[in-house]
Amino acid sequence: MNEVAQIGRHHSAEPDLQELLRRVALGDEQAFASVYDAVVGPVLGVVRAVLRDRAQSEEVAQEVLVEVWRTAPRFRSDRGTAVNWILTMAHQRAVDRVRSVEAAAARDHKAAQLDRTPEYDDVTEQVEARLEREQVRRCLRTLTDIQRQAVDLAYYRGLTYREVAEALALPLGTVKTRLRDGLIRLRDCLGVTA
Amino acid sequence: MSTADLHTLTGAYALHALSDEERQAFERHLGECEPCTQETAELSATAARLGLAVSLPPRPAMREDVLRQIRTVRQEGPGGPALPRRARTASRGRPVSRWALAACLAAAAALGGTAVWQHERAEDALEQARRADRGANDIAAVLTAPDARSRTTKLAGGATGTVVVSDSRDRAVFMASGMTEPPRGKVYQLWFDDDGSMRSAGLMDPARTSQAVLMRGAVGGASGMGVTVEPKGGSEQPTSTPLALLNLPA
Repeated sequence: MNEVAQIGRHHSAEPDLQELLRRVALGDEQAFASVYDAVVGPVLGVVRAVLRDRAQSEEVAQEVLVEVWRTAPRFRSDRGTAVNWILTMAHQRAVDRVRSVEAAAARDHKAAQLDRTPEYDDVTEQVEARLEREQVRRCLRTLTDIQRQAVDLAYYRGLTYREVAEALALPLGTVKTRLRDGLIRLRDCLGVTA
Repeated sequence: MSTADLHTLTGAYALHALSDEERQAFERHLGECEPCTQETAELSATAARLGLAVSLPPRPAMREDVLRQIRTVRQEGPGGPALPRRARTASRGRPVSRWALAACLAAAAALGGTAVWQHERAEDALEQARRADRGANDIAAVLTAPDARSRTTKLAGGATGTVVVSDSRDRAVFMASGMTEPPRGKVYQLWFDDDGSMRSAGLMDPARTSQAVLMRGAVGGASGMGVTVEPKGGSEQPTSTPLALLNLPA
């Protein structure tokens, strides 16, 4: 709990997370617990954004976190930051799940139970998470409508770019370039470096 | 797909918006294209920021669950690039092609510049106007609504149907992919299910096997939706067994 307090401050927390992952790779369970504390919020957020269903999102988020443990020895810091590695994995897993029709059946099946699950998540939002959210929102507003809709549908709804093209009634080529130039503009606005 | 086409897929790739085949083709290309690799890394990092912005507090007991699980999971050995799962096999052992690299650089150069950007702005405005006629803005508004919820089902012949509902907008979108064309003179008609009584929600375009349709009318108290095959022009009430019946997502 104490090594990495907040992932919202990932620029400063990142070296710690990298070091923690290195220890996780050596089988250090305590280091893993710290990694868990640092990334569980964003991992769950990404998965839930794509899957929507609370129970299924928790299941996939758990799988992702176990995957972090299992594959930590493969993490290479020269290929990107630890938090990128983990969130990329989380998004990929969520998208894989949403695209498998078997999952859809299970999701329907669970719907009745879900409706009765009480809300537990009225936890105070952490300041750093809110700052991150506001910065991303501000930058999303600098995109054109089409760029923003395309990026939103692809990332937060897990659609393929073909499905995005269908949904927005746009040619495939347009969607491809809008996803790219939309992300490029976001990258520049957020000051992201790889 | 040409090399220049592949290069423009950096954004879709970073957002996991490619099909398996396209992803594999793109990953082969990545092994041959240094600037693409750089751009892909940057755009993936940008996508991760979209993820950081939607952080959610977990159920407290989940921590213990995960920590218990890892005690039973054996870790992998080191080695292999830290790419997403399918990336590894796909990009292995492809020789670098000089021609591909040159083409890739040319594509990267051609895509920069404000002239291109301004042209695209104009194109965007034009497209906005064009697609306004088709209700695409309304479709997007439902799909991107903060409270949008979806449910997917399998239809006959390997097709899938997804219904997306936004309570705040009181509208629903039905997205079909891979549907067979309806028999001649027939159309697919959409219905809202108001506790057992079916209310027409409009027709699908019979010429398209994959499409997103804004369902006609408000969702209201509907608890489900259905799709039937009806004579051209549609029916007042369903005249055939539904191809699909879905509960609306809660």
